[in-house]
Amino acid sequence: MAKDILILAEHLNGKLADITFEMVGKAKELAAGFGGKAVAVLLGNGVKSLAESIGADSVLYVDDAALAQFNPEAYGRLLAALIQERNPRVVMIGNTSIGMDLAAGLSVMTDLPLIAYVNGLAADGGTLAATSQIYGGKIQAEALPDGEACIVACLAGAFPADTGKGSAPVEQIASPAPLDDLKVNFVKLIEPEGGDVDITQQPILVSIGRGIGGQENIELAQELADALGCAVSSSRPITDAGWLPKTRQVGKSGLTVTPKVYLAFGISGAPEHLEGMRGAETIVAVNTDSKAPIFDVAHYGATCDMLDLLPALTEKIKG
Amino acid sequence: MNIVVSIKQIPNLTDELEINAEGTGLDHDALQYVLNEFDEHAIEEAVLAKEATGGTVTVIGVDTTGELDGALHTALAKGADSAVKITGDFPRGTDSHTQAKLIADAIRGMSPDIVLTGVQAADDRDGQIGPMIAAHLGVPYVGVVTGVQVKEGKAVVHKEYAGGVMAEFEVALPMVVGVQAAHQPPRYAPVSKIRQIAKTAKIDEVTGGAGPRAGSTVRRMFKPESAGHAEMWEGSPEEVADKIATLLAEKGLVKRG
Ligand SMILES: Cc1cc2nc3c(=O)[nH]c(=O)nc-3n(C[C@H](O)[C@H](O)[C@H](O)COP(=O)(O)OP(=O)(O)OC[C@H]3O[C@@H](n4cnc5c(N)ncnc54)[C@H](O)[C@@H]3O)c2cc1C
Ligand SMILES: Nc1ncnc2c1ncn2[C@@H]1O[C@H](COP(=O)(O)O)[C@@H](O)[C@H]1O
Repeated sequence: MAKDILILAEHLNGKLADITFEMVGKAKELAAGFGGKAVAVLLGNGVKSLAESIGADSVLYVDDAALAQFNPEAYGRLLAALIQERNPRVVMIGNTSIGMDLAAGLSVMTDLPLIAYVNGLAADGGTLAATSQIYGGKIQAEALPDGEACIVACLAGAFPADTGKGSAPVEQIASPAPLDDLKVNFVKLIEPEGGDVDITQQPILVSIGRGIGGQENIELAQELADALGCAVSSSRPITDAGWLPKTRQVGKSGLTVTPKVYLAFGISGAPEHLEGMRGAETIVAVNTDSKAPIFDVAHYGATCDMLDLLPALTEKIKG
Repeated sequence: MNIVVSIKQIPNLTDELEINAEGTGLDHDALQYVLNEFDEHAIEEAVLAKEATGGTVTVIGVDTTGELDGALHTALAKGADSAVKITGDFPRGTDSHTQAKLIADAIRGMSPDIVLTGVQAADDRDGQIGPMIAAHLGVPYVGVVTGVQVKEGKAVVHKEYAGGVMAEFEVALPMVVGVQAAHQPPRYAPVSKIRQIAKTAKIDEVTGGAGPRAGSTVRRMFKPESAGHAEMWEGSPEEVADKIATLLAEKGLVKRG
């Protein structure tokens, strides 16, 4: 079986995550090159119908009450056992909140190399070439595993999801490792508190990052948003500092927004931020660093100081 | 409560990053190093846990830059009790696999109740060392965590998923945590205090041998060849403001006054 590609199907709250389809689509293309199959692995409880909606070459699923919710310890154990048993050529895991708990540990447990932050994969004459996005999106590194087999952790949004949708023969398998003595216990899911404004519903967002400098400058952004009749959103450091409520955060661990115009002021454009706003219709970036990765996704950009620009723009809008 | 925090310096990402002549790595000579921002949060969460339950905080790092002392002194100024650095003949940008083994070997004997790491660092491509340390020690790992509460023999952690959804886990100690954010913004240590600590504090030194390797080899390192680049607007802030206002007006989102 050493030619197959094993893909961890990711799901939360009864829904498969897009990353699952993105990886499956890519895996089918790669597996065809290696002469193997794209085999999705779904771990959960009552997940047969989810398994049936994955367009891999085949789908294996483990159904166990201990898997009713994601549990890093349970997932790690089962995947380590499956990898040892099936000896896949490549293991694909999302470089997501879930996958980030698993890939690196599995790499140690199974003694397979890991290439993480992957946003490009190609079967280069029978060898897998993986491109990682590192240094906050400023650098790409293309690497080859030293041996044949490896684990890759794939970034969300790197591959198209369409080709991974569909259905495939599904097979329920017995849990390959015991799950009755776990040290990690899931307690509950905590849904976000409803915020004062819903940033996913705004036609314009004034989005600020660490370039805002200090809490005292937040009002410059709020004044502009008031003039525009829209809301202020932000990158993660701003909500971590408590300068804005958590519900204003755009990105991987925040919300995904698609406004008509996204004004990104003082945001560097780290991959985790881009994940949440790449789909905006028009992106305008203002950043003093002309090399900031945000300019690679923005439609329009300027390198002036946002602290000068914010009041100037507010004046213009007020007329 | 025996709390260990592992910290790391990474290149300052607001600097220009240059690729070496071979095109396979960064030109490390040209770089300035700063503490990984998630480690600031890991240190804060460790000190908060100590304040809540008592115990000691030990900060540890593999000194790949030769400049780790400053980061260790800062952690001591913020409330850590002792500092350890692993020294050896490591190249800058040493892979995660090697470092994880070195750290796991160094902390095994400390019998930590809990090990806190930053959730990730932006400078390596072979994954996070938190889960690797956990695997070497044979203890559980939970990452992307924004709050840790330690009680007798266990920790309650909040892990973030997308869209602000979180999961609460209760974990039997010992464990390793990947800290995304402390439940309070990291405290500030006055420079005068750091200076004073630098004069008196003792950093324990452990010599590390060679570890395993990443298991992959970089063939080419390059700056992203983006599909597009923003059309850049030159001019003063007033001129740029005018361009933005015009754009918004063209889209019918504001009236052009
Ligand atoms: C698992 C995980 C999940 C994450 N989830 C998210 C998420 O949901 N959302 C998110 O945003 N991040 C997230 N991050 C964090 C992300 O990696 C970055 O750290 C973050 O996006 C950086 O925010 P920033 O751009 O505001 O700050 P920085 O990267 O520090 O950038 C600040 C920018 O401001 C510019 N600047 C400075 N002064 C000025 C000025 N006066 N005028 C104009 N520009 C100026 C600088 O040139 C710089 O480019 C996550 C990280 C991890 C590991
Ligand atoms: N050389 C190192 N010394 C100590 N801790 C480290 C080192 N490398 C990584 N870490 C820890 O692991 C976290 C994740 O980094 P990384 O594994 O590089 O993604 C960092 O935030 C640190 O807490």
